[in-house]
Amino acid sequence: MPVTNYRTEQEFFVDMQRCIGCKACEMACSECETNGHESMIHVNYIDRAVTVQTTVQVCMHCDDPVCANVCPADAITKDEFGVVHTANTARCIGCSNCVMACPFGVPKKDEAYDLMMKCNMCYDRTSAGKKPMCATVCPTQALYYGTREEIAKMRPNSTPVNNFIFGKESVSTKVNIMMPKGSTSLIID
Amino acid sequence: MDMSLNKKALFIATGVSLLLISFVFYGSRKLQNFDPALIIYLFGTVFAFFGIVYRYTVWLQRPPTWMYFKRTFQFFFTGKIFLHVISFAKEFIQNIGFQKFIYPRGRSRWIGHFLMATGCTMAFCVTFPLTFGWINFTMNPATSINPSRVHMYEAHFFGFKMFEFALGSFVAFVIFKALYWCSWLVIAGVLIFMRRRLTNAGLVATQTFEGDLLPLILLLAIAVTGLGLSYGYEYMKGIAYDYMAVTHAITVIMFLIWIPFGKFFHIIQRPAQIGAHIYKKEGIKRGMAVCPHTHQEFATQLHINDLKIVTKELGFDFTLEDGTSHLDLSPEGKRSRLAMAHLKARQQNGGNLFG
Repeated sequence: MPVTNYRTEQEFFVDMQRCIGCKACEMACSECETNGHESMIHVNYIDRAVTVQTTVQVCMHCDDPVCANVCPADAITKDEFGVVHTANTARCIGCSNCVMACPFGVPKKDEAYDLMMKCNMCYDRTSAGKKPMCATVCPTQALYYGTREEIAKMRPNSTPVNNFIFGKESVSTKVNIMMPKGSTSLIID
Repeated sequence: MDMSLNKKALFIATGVSLLLISFVFYGSRKLQNFDPALIIYLFGTVFAFFGIVYRYTVWLQRPPTWMYFKRTFQFFFTGKIFLHVISFAKEFIQNIGFQKFIYPRGRSRWIGHFLMATGCTMAFCVTFPLTFGWINFTMNPATSINPSRVHMYEAHFFGFKMFEFALGSFVAFVIFKALYWCSWLVIAGVLIFMRRRLTNAGLVATQTFEGDLLPLILLLAIAVTGLGLSYGYEYMKGIAYDYMAVTHAITVIMFLIWIPFGKFFHIIQRPAQIGAHIYKKEGIKRGMAVCPHTHQEFATQLHINDLKIVTKELGFDFTLEDGTSHLDLSPEGKRSRLAMAHLKARQQNGGNLFG
């Protein structure tokens, strides 16, 4: 990667209970230069039949990314800042292994491009010391990008968690999810 | 990164390289038709061949790659692959020949890539057989001794005469200048891509010099010095010939030995895309997986079952308490289950919104 101003003290904090489904993040995401102006963020209804609650999902940038491990073409890489980059366009063979294996349901396969695309934390912005597009526009701060001190001050009853249990698998990530104070992990069963 | 030597890959790459050398020896009629001026290119090509086979073999041994490779052979031996021969041929022309999938990503991007790919492929078809001594040209002796007759040139392949053509004819012009056309195609394609890489903010942020810009510079250097070789003696009395010859050889050999390690390896990987399409088509025939959360079909059951095997081989186990797998969920189902788990944690903590 070229010389960057990536600010390692800044982190991503997601709080889906705050998501109001306005999709401002989707619009902002499609402004990101590194996505080729495609929105990579996911906003979807959790269970439309029983609730209007929506959820928002960015790439969690796993410490040991399953997507990169299952990629048969070595198209997905993690950089020195822990950002897991979208598929290398020359290498990706469009098999969708990453799409189906990601425990967070993040990568998207664009059928016309025959290419997987995913959030790379607005690398054009974060590498220049700026915040990701989605976090700058979220009106409820369900998506927040800043320091741990800032989030601790703003959300005194929350704890950022970056450890997720999927059955027998424990996945740790660069991105945090805000949980009730004192939580250490989020169990998905 | 694993830097240890892969013995299996070393064995296969050595064997295949020796086979190539024997083909060069016998294909050039025991070096009779081999052009010694190209010896340095031959060394570069054999080394590149060794590297490509080594890297390819290492690549195939990765669990996800091996799964696709294994399935392809299983379809083949159960006769299923024959059902896909027509679509394979169609896709090969569309996706390898014309790189159709790049067009939706951007028209100028496709034009640039198509020009580079066509120029390089044509150049490979000309230079590899020439370097191996499989193609050679001779003067027809019957016409060469008579100054009043049109001189005829003969083209040979593996030492067998294929056809002849008159010197100075249009055919001679096209054949002798084949690499000119390749060079101009490559130069046009490289310039389109260089403009893109220097002006697209997203690419500027994520590209690397050695991974993305150097390959373009290398292709440009090969094409320009290649043209310089010919135009140098045609229009500059050969003044720059030595410089062009040495620079051309260095850049070509750098390109060749770098194929297995850098950007150009995608040329070797790309046909796997067709394999992935056949895998999907075959999977659709066998049945689709239905997400337990959204109750919608989202992938082939074959794919999901194989991914469960592959992830376990890679050290990930997404088996849930009830014996099902987290991988049984569609991407949307997974996102929803995560949000539901978050809600459950909140409910266990009194149920109120927390901030």
